[in-house]
Amino acid sequence: MKSEPDARGMFGEFGGRYVPEMLVAALDELVAESARILPSEAFRQELAALLTHYAGRPTPLTHAARMSEQLGGAKIYLKREDLAHTGAHKINNVLGQVLLARHMGKARVIAETGAGQHGCATATACALLGLECEVYMGAEDVRRQALNVFRMELLGAQVHSVSHGSRTLKDAINEAMRDWVTNVEHTYYCVGSVMGPHPYPTLVRDFQRVIGLETRQQIQRAEGREPDVLMACVGGGSNAIGLFHPFIEDERVRLIGVEPGGEGVGSGRHGATLSAGVPAIFHGKRTYVLSDDDGQIFPAHSISAGLDYPGVGPEHAFLKDSGRAEYVVIDDDEALAAFVYLSQTEGIIPALESAHAVAHARKLAPTLPRDTLLVINLSGRGDKDVSEVRDLLAAEGAEESH
Amino acid sequence: MGRIAERFALLRERGEPALVTFITAGDPDLETSEALVLCMAQAGADLIEIGVPFSDPIAEGPTIQRASERALAGGTSLRKILALVERLRPRVEVPLLLMGYANPLHAMGPRPFAEAAARVGVDGIIIPDLPPEEGEPFYDACRERGVDPVLLAAPTTTPERLRLLAERTRGFLYYVSLQGVTGARDALASDLEQKVRSLKALADVPVCVGFGIATPEQAERVGRWGADGVVVGSALVSVVAAARDRDEAVDVVAQRVAELKAGLLRCLASDAHPGTER
Repeated sequence: MKSEPDARGMFGEFGGRYVPEMLVAALDELVAESARILPSEAFRQELAALLTHYAGRPTPLTHAARMSEQLGGAKIYLKREDLAHTGAHKINNVLGQVLLARHMGKARVIAETGAGQHGCATATACALLGLECEVYMGAEDVRRQALNVFRMELLGAQVHSVSHGSRTLKDAINEAMRDWVTNVEHTYYCVGSVMGPHPYPTLVRDFQRVIGLETRQQIQRAEGREPDVLMACVGGGSNAIGLFHPFIEDERVRLIGVEPGGEGVGSGRHGATLSAGVPAIFHGKRTYVLSDDDGQIFPAHSISAGLDYPGVGPEHAFLKDSGRAEYVVIDDDEALAAFVYLSQTEGIIPALESAHAVAHARKLAPTLPRDTLLVINLSGRGDKDVSEVRDLLAAEGAEESH
Repeated sequence: MGRIAERFALLRERGEPALVTFITAGDPDLETSEALVLCMAQAGADLIEIGVPFSDPIAEGPTIQRASERALAGGTSLRKILALVERLRPRVEVPLLLMGYANPLHAMGPRPFAEAAARVGVDGIIIPDLPPEEGEPFYDACRERGVDPVLLAAPTTTPERLRLLAERTRGFLYYVSLQGVTGARDALASDLEQKVRSLKALADVPVCVGFGIATPEQAERVGRWGADGVVVGSALVSVVAAARDRDEAVDVVAQRVAELKAGLLRCLASDAHPGTER
């Protein structure tokens, strides 16, 4: 099967453009400008050079030998997005979008951020390319992630603390959209994941496809064939779609998205939109959302701030309903255990986001034959989480000693 | 003819522009909303928009965002708002419109919503995040049952698209006066006069102008430029927020609505602008 949106940006029943009229012209402009600029030789060469000489691509595909051996099943590879500049896959998207903004002649870039990863990446790309950068961040996240606020400021960005609603990522997105509505003529909105109105889910995906394209070449070189199973964590879903997309038409490749189960799907405190949400209209698109019976959106929860979003990219909703991809849930405790496990087994400290994918691989790999090739997208490194994990483990230890 | 069209026909006979007022339902409770609708109708509002609160209202400025938060905290839901309209309907003659975001309506479903809205006497709906391309099933269900879908146009809307919006809207066309979110502003957009005049030339339906209009003087100017109506929302919502109790909210809102109406009607007194219909 193919997974491409129609002219209205619909992946089957999902996606589209549920936006105020004020943004319709800007989205039309973005569609037209990206169709003109992205295929141009000048843009392609510039982006390729940035990805190679600045972001550090291609990132390695590492054989996780000890993990494979211990789990005793599939042969596991890790796609090392943690080694990209700024420490995660986010850089692939922001270099593409900020370069596009510059080609469009926009002087000002705005972005939303949850924990600060996309904000830092956007601030980085703006510093590199000489554009003005303003980042919206929920007041609660500003408090929890003070170091990332400083990082963004250090990179020359201005950070706006958003104190309405739940004071987290979804409210930061609302405020970024309000800014965009107001300043649309000279401002580019650099969306951080495969979400928002058309064309963003497709635009961001196409900048993240590099993950899957490299993986295909690298595994060919290492094993002489296609992988059997691809696994990635899903919040908004950009690292997962980036890995999956080049393989969608090859139906023998199993695609598994791992959602944040938080304190358990039954607890109501989770971020498993595909597994436990409903189709709804949120942030400019129709997709699976954590929405109650009255159509109000409720906040997501996850140990990992980067997965803490009550919606998901519409293409994932399409892949789920069509059965092409599977979506499973890993809760906070399992993710935390996988964080420690990968650190001690492979000497790689994963982001808590990526630890969700590692956790599911720990369950699945032992059930698979030894000749199965399983690729985990290690979407980011865990340095940003080390301090929080230390506190969580200390609290766990204190509980056990009681 | 629907109640909205009848109202505009009546106003046209009188040569008056419409005063359209907005409050957020359930802010701070539905009893207050009921009293406010009654008092606004009595004080001279020609059409009334009842805001359906949503958790993530991306086109609203801080005033209506906070009102929505208060309303949701108080347990307001679309079903309770429909019940409010049912109670109000026999007591007011003005058209009542619901204004709210797509998801709460989507959660009820296009047909069940349209049926319920028609049954309780909702005359129109305004959904800022549901452009006609995405909204057809919803808007069709409403049109079929006599509930007018009012579409919005913005300063950035292309002339070609303006024609499409003017053709598909029912009741009136809602022109967003400025590039931005809702909320009172000190000044009107500099190109508003020219925009209103060109819209009037293009649209067969009445054109009402909203977003950023807060004072009787601003209403008067927009009326003078030939708009068929002005919409005032945040300026009234902030009165409700500042009031100490329901009685004070009702008194001050009634007073503001009367002042806005008087200001708007002043546009008729002047013959300084012979180019307009009035």
